[in-house]
Amino acid sequence: MAAISREEVAHLARLSRLAVTEQELDQFAGQLDVILQSVARIGDVAAEDIPPTSHSVPLTNVYRDDVVQPSLTQEAALSGAPDSAEGRFRVPRILDEEE
Amino acid sequence: MTDVTRMTAVQIAALISSGEASAVEVATAHLDRIAAVDDRVHAFLHVDREGALAAARKVDEQRGRGEATGPLAGVPVAVKDVIATKGVPTTAASKILEGWKPPYDATVVERLRAAGTVMLGKTNMDEFAMGSSTEYSAYGPTNNPWDLGRIPGGSGGGSAASVAAYEAPLAIGTDTGGSIRQPGAVTGTVGAKPTYGGTSRYGLIAFSSSLDTPGPCTRTVEDAALLHSVIAGHDVRDSTSIPQPVPDVVAAARLGATGDLTGVKLGIVKEFAGEGAEPGVIAAFRESVETLVKLGAEVVEVSCPHFEFALPAYYLIAPSEASSNLARFDGVRYGLRVGDDGNRSLEEVMSLTREAGFGPEVKRRIILGTYALSSGYYDAYYGQAQKVRTLITRDFTSAFEKVDVLISPTTPFVAFPFGSRTSDPYQMYLADLFTIPTNLYGGPAISVPCGLSEGLPVGFQVMAPTMADDRMYRVAAALESAVGTLTPPEL
Repeated sequence: MAAISREEVAHLARLSRLAVTEQELDQFAGQLDVILQSVARIGDVAAEDIPPTSHSVPLTNVYRDDVVQPSLTQEAALSGAPDSAEGRFRVPRILDEEE
Repeated sequence: MTDVTRMTAVQIAALISSGEASAVEVATAHLDRIAAVDDRVHAFLHVDREGALAAARKVDEQRGRGEATGPLAGVPVAVKDVIATKGVPTTAASKILEGWKPPYDATVVERLRAAGTVMLGKTNMDEFAMGSSTEYSAYGPTNNPWDLGRIPGGSGGGSAASVAAYEAPLAIGTDTGGSIRQPGAVTGTVGAKPTYGGTSRYGLIAFSSSLDTPGPCTRTVEDAALLHSVIAGHDVRDSTSIPQPVPDVVAAARLGATGDLTGVKLGIVKEFAGEGAEPGVIAAFRESVETLVKLGAEVVEVSCPHFEFALPAYYLIAPSEASSNLARFDGVRYGLRVGDDGNRSLEEVMSLTREAGFGPEVKRRIILGTYALSSGYYDAYYGQAQKVRTLITRDFTSAFEKVDVLISPTTPFVAFPFGSRTSDPYQMYLADLFTIPTNLYGGPAISVPCGLSEGLPVGFQVMAPTMADDRMYRVAAALESAVGTLTPPEL
């Protein structure tokens, strides 16, 4: 049985904000199926009592004093933006017409 | 004067230091070499001629004033395009960042500049470092200098090829699942992945944050150690940076180069023996082991029973982190924006931008990662992969109680022809079979050329415990002293 259907791939693409084409959907469904079947065997390896490792080094929050330090200028921060206005990033409209 | 482009970084630094050549002359020679051969190799996405010459002039001026300069002052370096360089285009080989000029330098770049190295430009790679062949660059593949019809490895194929083609003596790569070592192996160069957290990730365009590690690609082990020592060390801007002194990797490389490995215990991983490496790769590896034994090393077989699950665990963890990291490429703050015609919503513009800006491997991994993290599948896939990571770490810890380093071939096969593995992603993923366990564990590993198979380079991998980077340099340098460096055919 396929591990992942074409419809699931379409749903995941929507969640991922990817407007995939019909051709890509077919291609990805087949390829992801192969990948998922190849990786599925890890499900049998680790027992419940094995703790997960998310990072190879222990992670601790790093705090610094709340003091103003030199950082990017507003101009530099906006320099790579596709569009800006009044010193801010300009984004396409957020609400649909009916909203 | 001998052609400086054929010299090692150590030799170039000595030449500049003695006044026999200026940094400008050295930079010019490399820029000319790039101009002469890069239309065939395509190692570079951007050559910063003006910036390189300005940096070289600065070194010459400092020397003229008698100011102390570092051990790599004036030596050219190429930088993988996934690393932010202030004012110099940085695209991660993706259309979504075409033309983007970062407003800041990555920490490793800051350190390269502070050391007086001369940045030649930005090297090609698989898009967002996802791939094992540099065929997934949005700007076309890099060709292997050993055979232009074959892949240079990935994702740092451009960095490795620039070094192999004598366009740069030093290059910086990033290694998430083998992206420094695997290109090193198939191009006959030295590629080192430092301990995770030993080199700062600040300013790297993140692929898989718990795995990404910047490191050196060079033609000799000593050069790699020197470059390693320049870029490594604690960085307060990276919360995963390790606040410990960097081991003396340069001294270790020089010790290894004496060819004495008396008392060093090498572990061969039993479970790797059954994996499908090409006969020529296995033969070169075995011959190298015999060489190391002649140098005084002792070989012990060790068992790492969970290594066989490293590849599946990696291909769940890395895409999961990538799906999160790449959410920032949405057409708002930098890069491409598609479909902003005043009628489409932000969400539509984001989807259209990402569809147009990302290539197939990136989309595949984003979708795979989203799947692995989604409700109902998290425990079966991502959660389970993180547990496997624990088991692999325990395997390493147990092995390092018995031996000083682990050894293996770097890749199961030599450079393959373009297009031969792109139709089946999992076949492509097998290229990183031997390199991935180290990334999941976090320890350092190096690939050093150990011979040829079918006329193409074979890499030998040395893996060490975390923060024991010096051990791998010693063993790699010893092997290099016995085997020598490889010289590709003339381009």
